[in-house]
Parts: sequence; structure tokens; C-alpha cells
Amino acid sequence: MPLTDSLRDDILASVPSLRAFAISLSGNGDRADDLVQETLLRAIANIDSFQPGSNLPAWLFTILRNLFRSDYRKRRREVEDAEGNYAKTLKTQPAQNAHLEFEEFRVALDKLPQDQREALILVGASGFSYEDAAAICGCAVGTIKSRVNRARSKLSALLYVDGAEDFGPDNTVRAVIGGNS
Amino acid sequence: MKYKVLNTRGSVDDIMKEVKKQGGLNAEIQSRIGHQLRAMYDDVVRQGVPDRFAELIRKLDGPEAAVAQAAQTDQAAKTDGRD
Repeated sequence: MPLTDSLRDDILASVPSLRAFAISLSGNGDRADDLVQETLLRAIANIDSFQPGSNLPAWLFTILRNLFRSDYRKRRREVEDAEGNYAKTLKTQPAQNAHLEFEEFRVALDKLPQDQREALILVGASGFSYEDAAAICGCAVGTIKSRVNRARSKLSALLYVDGAEDFGPDNTVRAVIGGNS
Repeated sequence: MKYKVLNTRGSVDDIMKEVKKQGGLNAEIQSRIGHQLRAMYDDVVRQGVPDRFAELIRKLDGPEAAVAQAAQTDQAAKTDGRD
């Protein structure tokens, strides 16, 4: 469809979540913004192929995800950036403890395989349905579900089981097995 | 709340087996992971639209302009020696 003012507004409204997705994928604020810029240019260059009435955010996320996988994975992910640079993109610095916990989370997220990381972010943070996430990643719904599950298991092992000092002084973890009673 | 102490000596795989034996990942850990993931993401979302993107979308009047701009950006990246 043509680039109408209302479509322009809709694209603009997707920019904050596109940036969040790009930063979560790349672990680097500057690179993420380059990725968003390229996504916007590609989207507008190919706007004729966008189906009116279909899911615009999902369309934009698909472009960004494919760009990331084709161009950006060639570049070596820089671990020091993943650990340090992201914090600089924050407007407000979290309190020290929260900040440490946050960095640990970021580092653990970066340890996930790419497929699992993107599935977890799309479903757990961007709020896409399993169906939309499957369309964005070009795979089956069941595949997305299993990637999200594996991502969650691995994150909990990395953060809360292996890092058991969070839970007590004696290298043990108290696992809630009963729920609320 | 009922707690059971998990022995965490051993590899991550051993621990995951133990976690599975105890009825899967517990709800508290899952909710913490979900919360941290969204906190990280929403922090960026709350920053809104940076000026550079608002200007970019405003000034492009159609697909041709976007293609031209993309070519220019590629050229700039090359002369920057970034790639």
C-alpha cells in the first residue's frame, strides 16, 4: 500500500519496540539503532508489499530479525559490549544491586542460542502470540514453543540454580515445589 | 509456601534433571525471569522515538526516497571504514 500519513504514524509508533527488540538481540545500543534505521528504510522501500490490514509490527519485526541474522551475525559479538554498553543506553541508572542483577540477566540472555533468545524475547517481552512469533521467525508454532521453554529452563539454570548464592550461604537453592498454601 | 532444598553440586545438566524430577521449573523462578526480561525491554520502550527516526520517517516521501537514503547510508558506512 502507499505510504500514507497514517501508515507513517503506525511505523513511528513501532519504533520504541523495534529498538527494544534490536538491543535485546544485539546487546549493543549503537548497533541496535543502525539496525532499526536499516529496518525503517527497507520497510519504506518495500511498503508496496505490505498488505493493508495485516500485522504491521510483525512485518517490521520480521524485517529487523532477518537483517540481524544476515548482516549482524557475521560480526563477532563483543562480550565486553554485551556486559557494559547496554547499561549506557539506559536513561536512569538502576540502584547498584538491581544494576548487578540486571547485568547478570543480560549476560545470561547472551549465553542462549540465537534461536532461543529471539523466541523468548518475541513471546516473553514483545508480547507476540506464538503464532505471530512463528511467522516472524519462519518456523512452526511448536518449534517456537519448545524454543521458549528451553530458553526459560536454561536461563533459570544459569541465574537461579548455578548461581545459588542468591538463595543461601551453603550453595543450595530452595526450589518452591508446592506453590502458595 | 513449601520449600525443598535442591543439591546444586554437579553440572547444569544434573541440576536440570533434578529440577525436572521435582516437578519442573518452579513458578517463582519463572516469574522472576519474566519480570527481568520485561524490565530490560520496557526500559528501552519507555525511551520513546529518538529524533533521528522521527525525522527519517517524516522526510522520506516514498519508496524511492528510502532506496536512495539506504544507498547513501551504505556509502557513508564504507567511507567510515566501519565494515
